[in-house]
Formats: sequence, C-alpha cells, structure tokens
Amino acid sequence: MTDKPETKFEPVIIGFTCNWCSYRAADMAGTARMKYAPNVRLTRLMCSGRLDPTFVFKAFAGGADAVLVSGCHPGDCHYINQNYKAMRRFHLMKRVLVQMGIEPGRLKLLWASAAEGAMFAREVNSFVEEVRALGPLNWNSNHVHTADHVMSVVAEGHEHEAEVAA
Amino acid sequence: MDKKDEKEKIGVYVCHCGTNIAGVINVEEVSTWAAENLKDQGVVISREYKFMCSSLGQELIQKDIKELGLTRVVVAACSPHLHEKTFRNACKGAGLNPYLCELVSIREQDSWVHTDKVAATEKAKAIISGGVSRVVYHEALEPLHVPIHPATLVVGGGIAGIQAALEIADAGFPVYLVEREPSIGGHMAQFDKTFPTLDCSACILTPKMVDAGNHPNITLLTYSEVEKVDGYVGSFVATIRKRARSLREADCTGCGICWEKCPKKVVDDVFEAGMGNRKAIYVPFPQAVPKYPVIDRVNCTYYIKGTCKACEKFCPTNCIDFAQQDEILTVEVGNVILATGWDLFDTRRITQYGYGRLPNVFTSLEFERMSNSAGPTGGNVVLRDGKTEPKVVGIVHCVGSRDKNYNEYCSSICCMQSLKFAHLVKEKTGAEVYNFYIDIRTPAKGYEEFYHRLLEEGTHFIRGKVAEISDATRLPSEEGKLVIQVEDTLTGNQLRVPVDMAILSAGLEPRHDSKALAKLFGISCSADGWLIERHPKLDPIATMTDGIYIAGCVQGPKDIPASVAQGAAAAARVMGKIQQKEIALEPVRATIHEEQCSGCRICNNLCPFNAILFHEDRMVSEVNPALCQGCGTCVAGCPAGAITGTGFSNEQILSQINGLLLLNVPKKQAVAA
Repeated sequence: MTDKPETKFEPVIIGFTCNWCSYRAADMAGTARMKYAPNVRLTRLMCSGRLDPTFVFKAFAGGADAVLVSGCHPGDCHYINQNYKAMRRFHLMKRVLVQMGIEPGRLKLLWASAAEGAMFAREVNSFVEEVRALGPLNWNSNHVHTADHVMSVVAEGHEHEAEVAA
Repeated sequence: MDKKDEKEKIGVYVCHCGTNIAGVINVEEVSTWAAENLKDQGVVISREYKFMCSSLGQELIQKDIKELGLTRVVVAACSPHLHEKTFRNACKGAGLNPYLCELVSIREQDSWVHTDKVAATEKAKAIISGGVSRVVYHEALEPLHVPIHPATLVVGGGIAGIQAALEIADAGFPVYLVEREPSIGGHMAQFDKTFPTLDCSACILTPKMVDAGNHPNITLLTYSEVEKVDGYVGSFVATIRKRARSLREADCTGCGICWEKCPKKVVDDVFEAGMGNRKAIYVPFPQAVPKYPVIDRVNCTYYIKGTCKACEKFCPTNCIDFAQQDEILTVEVGNVILATGWDLFDTRRITQYGYGRLPNVFTSLEFERMSNSAGPTGGNVVLRDGKTEPKVVGIVHCVGSRDKNYNEYCSSICCMQSLKFAHLVKEKTGAEVYNFYIDIRTPAKGYEEFYHRLLEEGTHFIRGKVAEISDATRLPSEEGKLVIQVEDTLTGNQLRVPVDMAILSAGLEPRHDSKALAKLFGISCSADGWLIERHPKLDPIATMTDGIYIAGCVQGPKDIPASVAQGAAAAARVMGKIQQKEIALEPVRATIHEEQCSGCRICNNLCPFNAILFHEDRMVSEVNPALCQGCGTCVAGCPAGAITGTGFSNEQILSQINGLLLLNVPKKQAVAA
C-alpha cells in the first residue's frame, strides 16, 4: 500500500463467491457491463459452505483490508442448505474479529442470485466505501502487540459481545 | 506455501478477446509482468493473443505444452463458466491432464466492469497471480465413472409426465410412472377444449393415457406417492407408498357396479373442482387409467360407522378388500423426471372479486368442468342454479397473476384460456362476452390468429384491471346482476358492467407441496415454489442435481404444447444418459484421510446428501464419492483437517489468496490496487 496523503485510500478486498449463484452474479454484472469499484478480487469456491474461517483470517493477515463472503440466497443453495452453514460461520467470525481488534464491518456477507448482477455491483461499491471510511487495516504489519494491548483488545471485545447479547 | 519440491512449469496466456479485454486492460503489460514477476512461482512463458479460445489460440497453448513441457496452464480470459471446458480440452489434446489448467476471469470480473484502465490492469495482474499460485497445487484428476440403471422414475402423471414416460418406454427402457391421484391425466383431463385449435382435450389425451396404461415398459403406480429417495445419478433408490385402493386390482374389471350402488355422495373437489359429486368409491372420470376405483376412506360410511359394505355386496368379482394395507415399494432407477404440475390460484384470496360469496362468480377450472360435456352440467353453460343461461358474461384476466399482492409473474396461459372461454360461451349461449384484460399475450403459433377470430366474433375487450365484482346495484338495469367495476384505461372512463356470470381466469401456482418435493429430491426451488432449472435458457430441463430432470409446469407456468415438448425433451436427456451406460462425473469431491480422522462425526451431519458414512468398527468416517456433490462444507468443518476437497483444497485456496494479495511477488513490484 502506498500511502500518499493526496491519493484516496484504495482498500484491497478479497471476495469469496460460490460457484452457482454469487460467482454468476459477478459474471452477470460483467455481461451487462455494470461498473463497480476495482477493489475486490474474487476467489471461487463451490459453495459458501466451503468457506473455512481460516481463509478469512489468512486474507486479513496477508494484507486484505476487508473480506466479502457471498453465496446463494437462503433457500436457493445449490447444495440444499450449505449457505446456512456459511451464515453461522460468518456470525462466529464477526465475534472473533472483534476479539482480535478488527472492526467487524470489514467482513460482509452478501446473498446474491445469478440474476442479481446489478445488486452485486451496487453492494460492492457500497462495501468499498464503507471500508474506505474505516481506513487501512495493515494487520500484517500491526498484529504484533504487547501483551497488555492484546488483553485490552480482548476485554473490549468481551464488552462488545456483552452488548450484543443484551 | 508457494514452494513444492519440484518446480512446475507454468504457461500464462492472456487473451485480448478482441477489444473486450484489451480495450481496458493493457494485456501486453500484464503478460510481461507475469513473465518477470511470477518466475519464482514457475512461470516459464507468458503470452498474449487476440482470441485465446480460437483454434489458433488453443494451438498456441498446445504447442507450448509439447515444446516447453508445461506442467500447468493459466488462461486469463473470460469466466470459467464460459470457456473452462474449452481450455481444459485443449490441454487434454496436448497430453496435459485437463484439471491442471486454471481459467481466471479478467473479462467479466475486470475489463467489463471497470473503467479505470490503470486500476483494471493492476487488478488483472493480481487475479493472474492468484491463478498462478493456485494452479501449482492442482492435481491431475480423473472423472468418476458410474453405471446408469436403465429404469426411470417419472413423478406426476399429467401430460408432461405421460409424454416423458411414453417416449422412454417406446425406446425400450422401463419406466415407473407415479401419480398421486387415482388416475393419470392431470389437469388436462379436466379441460373441455384446448386452445387455439379447440380440439377436445379428452379426445387427444385419452389415447395417450391408454397407451401409458397398457405399455409393457411402463409400470403405472397411481394413488401413490414417493416418500424417500436415496442414491445418485445412475442408481437412485426410491421408496414409493402405494396407498390402499381397498380392492384387489387383479380381480377388478372396472364394471362400475360398485360406484353405482354406493349410497354415499361426496363433493368432488379435485376433478370436478367442487362443481359435482362423486361416490365414496369412485373413479375420478369415465376414461380414467387405470380403470379401478378407489374407496375414499375419509368419507366411506363403512370406515366411519362400520356398516354398509354395499360395494362389497354387489361386486360381481368379489374384489373389495376393506382391510387392505398401503404397500411400500422400493424401486431402483437411474434417472428421475419430475412433472408434478401446478395448483390453481385460490381466488378466494381476492375478496373483492367475491368468489365463494357471490354464487355466479366462477373460477376457470369450474368453467372448464361446466363446459365439458362429461361434466356436472352436461356441457351447458348455466348459472349456479343449474338451469339459467347467462345473457352477459364477464371474463376477468390475470386473477392472482401479474399482481404484486399475489404473484408477480405472468401465468402465461390465462389470456388464451380466457379467449377460449369467450368463444365457448358465445358458441353455447350466444351471450354477450366482455374480456377484462391488462395486456393480451398471444405469443405462440396460431394464438394471435385465435385472438383475431375472437375480435371478429364480437367479443368485447376492455383494457383495465377489474377493481371489484359486486352485487350492490345502483341502477335498475343492474338489478339482479353482478356489477363489474373497472377503469377502461384506453378511454379513461370508469365503467360499471352488469353481467350474469363472471369467470375468474385464475393464475397457475406451484403445487402447495413443491418445496417438500424439492427437498425430497435434493434440488432447488425458487422463492415462488417453481423448481429451478440448471440454466434458464440453455438447460431448462435439467436440474443442478445430476440425473434429476423437470418437465411441464413444475418448472413454471406453461401451456400444453410447451409441457409436451419439455416432457419429450426430458425423456431424450434421460435416454441419452441410459445409452451411455455409464457416465463421467466431475471429480470435485471430498475425501477423508482415515489416519487423520478422529471419528468425531461432525462432518456426518454437515453433509446435505448423506454422502458421509461412519464405520462403527474402525471409528472413522468415509465419503461416498458418487453421492458427494463437492460442496466442500465438510472440508471446512473438519476440526482435524482430515478432509480434502479435490479441486478446492486448502492449499489451493490459501495459495490463491496469497497470490491475489501479491504476497508471492517480489516486494518492489507489489503494486497498490
């Protein structure tokens, strides 16, 4: 990342799509020549259920500023209901991110059917803007902290969780 | 992560796609960049070419595979959904295992969606870097071969199912045709005439029903439902419940004495759409196939009170069996065709149209039965009193269709059906007929001509959505009539049209239990409830699950010719599969490494296809490769990391992420996106 003050921050976002709906939504956005921000780089999985949380954390650790997870709409999954499993993992990952001191807004879940190219493009744009507002993550260079700092982040995370639970 | 013991030789091929890619992405720069910066990854050659998918482009790749001994190929071009097969086959042609080729999309995901040329070029580099990092971990794969059982299960005995069953049976293969009702025939058997030719529905359907009933290759299972389906393409095992007819079919001659003698009358809500009665022991209609009646145990006096047995007393062959039990059959089939059809929109839901409250408001199916000479009124078009002929009839289009409150889709048949009704009413009663339409849609062969015929016959067409049908009269001329309130949107006038009879041309809806059906067969179903085809244009018959096909209205509203065509098309697809004797399945599958498996069984419940077996003796799980569809959920879920997903392994994906983030590229070259 070059950090020139006059240039706008361009986040790098790693996106995970399923083979059947959301990857095809991206294809559809392309076929229809809908324009969106060039910040997202997609990885194709067969199903959003294939999303191992490790992938998400590795992406953050490797320098991604945000991660987009997308799959078929609930009820439309090519593998019957595996997108629900992705959804469960998504909520777990959000909690873990908070505990790690990463803004949960850096992880987004998007249901997109193969016909929703326009929606896909729109959502990518708004996500890029949201991440731009959050600023660079630089987790790969920032993730070494003193024990005190780590503990305070964890404590903060627990507080946040308590709020969520309430 | 980016190194393996022996280095792969990777070729990168960047496609211009005319100006589709090259117009936005600087392909020369991308190609040179890949050659220089992905050297460490094993890239030995990087080329760009105008049309990579052309035969010349493919030959370029093949030549390099042969001459440079490439072990991996990355093509940066369009979406893998378009040309993955093309390039895999090209690699295969040059002796490289097709699964060692990776297609990355720099068209749909880059040049077509971005306008900033610099950013798009940088993104292309990142995408290619991801592909190169990933392809290193690709493995040579062989497709799985599974044998195809020659029998087929057809679910639903309407016209689509009958057509499909006959086509397959005529080709010499066995078919099980399962129908829920006591007779096959479906909705088409209820109709009087068929548009636009007005041939009698029974006259063209009955011969097909008889053929299906007599065909040596068709096992007809009526009054039956599929309860369970196991297995996969080539060898499904279906469990079918054959409900007790309460008589021995082998002895029954279908003479009809039993239903003549049965004292119990029941309103027939199914076949006669509530317009007529049947007995407690009945065949739904005279041409029913098979000819055997059933005893409706809910309404039969014997099952309610324990006495009567009139049917048994009079049966000349003594075939009635009150104690008969449901039979559970298990059949093995290679393919399945679902043709379960549609339900009529419940017009009671639109209360302002008064159906159920105003006696002379009829549904389309009620009119079909009334107009049918074998129907409850003997084919006379009369009011609910059973004798008065209407002098003015209003036909309301789009009831429950093209309406945000009910169904947004067009039911596609209602315009033509309404035109048919208008013609029949005029022919039978000479009444004035008003058609209230939003748009007239007559898109198939002979349909527009039929519409013109109706215009010439003097049917009135009023363009406007009916607001209300009411018996609240204002003028003496409206006395005793139904008043249809509508805005004629062509003249801008509010109209009150007094009619004697109103017919609601109700839309088609998915079967009320279509979601359960989709679940039973493991296929997808839209939010509306229509089953989802593999591709809306290019593969409307197949589903996402191999070996399961859909035909007729189960896929979406359609008319008889389209249903027949789909039935035949599904049959052709099935026969193609059967003829292959065995088929190759994509080798994207999960495998469990036994030595790493702790037997925790977490994966067992994650699998939606029950493809994971647990071996109690060895305390390990195992994936049945033929059942596995390759979603990879178990791979992600295994706490021991004991499961590998072929084609989408952890190494492949993690490595691709590193590539996408340009972590494998020398630092000074790593670029800001």
